[in-house]
Amino acid sequence: MPSFLKEFFNRNGTGMGLTILGLVLFWTIGLIILPQLSMLDFSFRPNLPPPEIGGPKDVYTLENYKYLIYGPEGGSQDYNTVDLRVFFRTLVAAVCVTIFNLILCYPIAYYLGQSKGSHIRIFAIMLIIPYWINEILRAFALRIIFGETGVLNTLFVGLGIWDTPFDFIRNDIALYAGLGYAYILLMIFPIYNVIESLDRNQIEAARDLGAPWWRIHWRVVIPYAKPGISSGCTMVFMLSAGALAAPQILGGPSSLWFTQLIYQQFNDNNDWPQGAAYAVVLLVTCILFVLAMMRLFKVNMGDIGK
Amino acid sequence: MSAGIGVDLESLWIRFGDFVAVRDANVHIEGGDFFSFLGPSGCGKTTILRAVSGFLEPSEGNVLIGGKNMKGIGPNKRPTALIFQNLALFPLMKVWENITFSMEIKGASAAERRRRADELLDMIALPDQGDKLPSELSGGQRQRVAIARALCAEPDVLLLDEPLSALDLKLRQHMRTELREIQQRVGITFIYITHDQGEALTMSDSIAVMRAGVIDQIADGKTIYNDPATAFAASFVGENNVFRGKVKRVMGDEALIATNRSGDLVARISTANRGKLAEGDDAMMFIRPEAFAIAPEGATGDHFVTARVTHEEFEGNAFNIFTEGDGGKEIKVSIPNLGQSFKDHTGQNITLEYDARNAVVVPAGELAAE
Ligand SMILES: Nc1ncnc2c1ncn2[C@@H]1O[C@H](COP(=O)(O)OP(=O)(O)O)[C@@H](O)[C@H]1O
Ligand SMILES: [Mg+2]
Repeated sequence: MPSFLKEFFNRNGTGMGLTILGLVLFWTIGLIILPQLSMLDFSFRPNLPPPEIGGPKDVYTLENYKYLIYGPEGGSQDYNTVDLRVFFRTLVAAVCVTIFNLILCYPIAYYLGQSKGSHIRIFAIMLIIPYWINEILRAFALRIIFGETGVLNTLFVGLGIWDTPFDFIRNDIALYAGLGYAYILLMIFPIYNVIESLDRNQIEAARDLGAPWWRIHWRVVIPYAKPGISSGCTMVFMLSAGALAAPQILGGPSSLWFTQLIYQQFNDNNDWPQGAAYAVVLLVTCILFVLAMMRLFKVNMGDIGK
Repeated sequence: MSAGIGVDLESLWIRFGDFVAVRDANVHIEGGDFFSFLGPSGCGKTTILRAVSGFLEPSEGNVLIGGKNMKGIGPNKRPTALIFQNLALFPLMKVWENITFSMEIKGASAAERRRRADELLDMIALPDQGDKLPSELSGGQRQRVAIARALCAEPDVLLLDEPLSALDLKLRQHMRTELREIQQRVGITFIYITHDQGEALTMSDSIAVMRAGVIDQIADGKTIYNDPATAFAASFVGENNVFRGKVKRVMGDEALIATNRSGDLVARISTANRGKLAEGDDAMMFIRPEAFAIAPEGATGDHFVTARVTHEEFEGNAFNIFTEGDGGKEIKVSIPNLGQSFKDHTGQNITLEYDARNAVVVPAGELAAE
């Protein structure tokens, strides 16, 4: 038995230890690993009616993956341009949301992390409380703000600044705002956590040596906050790319999110293998992309946990 | 010595809300001097330094550097460099990048910076350590890197906030010598903050003794030690025995003090207080442990003190005798160990003798906490 397990059992007693271990294993294996493996398995099988499952036609195949690239067999186009375009657009948009979120949240996190006093706690509570409201309600609230007869349009048209209402929804501005807003906390808190531990004297030392504010951030604060920044960016990117509610509610009619395609396959087309293949492609691409970014910015895996 | 850039504080007041951290400080610091602010923790030393470096605007009064008023000029624009109490090296930059950070800001090329870093690393006796991270150095080495980083900015005035307090005793004493050498070599003004009188005395050309936001005395170390201006300066710098009493008679530069416990004693009036003490004033008289000698038994007069010995100790270079003293405090007597035989006096009365020139009297005032 490895020493950490021995220590674990010594600390908790055998009965309690076994219970905790069992629950953890059930959680990771039963609720995460097995369902995901079965999804993976689905993705390599043809979509068959229930009587034929397990029959001679139920063999492993790559056709679900081919479908994403080439489209239906005998289709009019060489490539499945519609779905591929949605796929890449989703990734690019998720990257944009992440960058936008970082630019917005870094100053807030810096301010929170470097100021002392009880107003910080109040500020943090004000950031957290809106998240008690569920995601759908928050998304519809944004529709009220951005809709054709929404708050913003009423205001600007009323003031005579615009002649006609601006279509925030069709232009995806509502979507980006919604996605950005949805994950603000996941960006702020990891960065805040790191910056809070940054010694104020380092900032003053840099200033004393003649550094303007932007260079202090570039050379002292940001390198120090890198683990928090990468942790925040990873979470926001993964969750934006995999978001469903916000694109559903706030997305324009012409701009599908890749998750919506997956949803359609599972739900509308009742084609689980196809949906599973799409989901696997999205997941693997996102992971590879994050790993590539981590290598580019020289971030260690351990830093992500911060 | 007047080649460097001097610093002046003119009627400087610094308040935090209702709390006065610095009260009407007037200080002239000669260019090229090693100047120390010496005072107990919390007396406002760091606050003064932050006002000089520009991190804090004075509530009233002016900071002048090289005769130029610094009002409204930020820390990145002042000709000062500050060495922080905790050094504040940049943990993610290599040693050479730390040292040359100020050049990087000015846009110097990497090669140029590297060359300058190597020069400075030679100067602080850390050659070939440039590629390490600060965390890979020892405390004393980090200390020197912080000095090199500040010097690289080529400041006219170097400000040091208790830079040795984190080091162990041996290293601290070594670094005193080293700091003084560096200051003499570069020839710029050093303003040094410490609560350690040993550091202030060994390194400084001039010392300001501070107490709760007030500067009590500004003078060279010898003067402060031998001729303190206030009771606080007398009790804070070096060990001292206090005798409380009233002035009985003023005789030119000397005064006869009617002490509470030890009869009438004679002492020199400290220079700053000549002409200010009159008959009947509350006064404090100070005699250093090493200024006493054991007198023949039964001797009496205005420079003899008789008291009961409570305990004795042998310190190697000296025998220390402790007797009952004034206001619950013991009188400490330190007899240099020159190999003479030494009699145990514990529990007996002893008569001590001193030279009036080695006893100093100041108006009664606040004493330094032990
Ligand atoms: N920013 C501040 N706000 C309120 N009080 C302060 C501030 N900075 C320092 N003080 C107070 O001023 C006094 C002097 O502090 P400081 O200059 O740091 O002392 P020293 O360096 O001599 O130990 C202390 O009582 C401290 O509590
Ligand atoms: Mg201090």
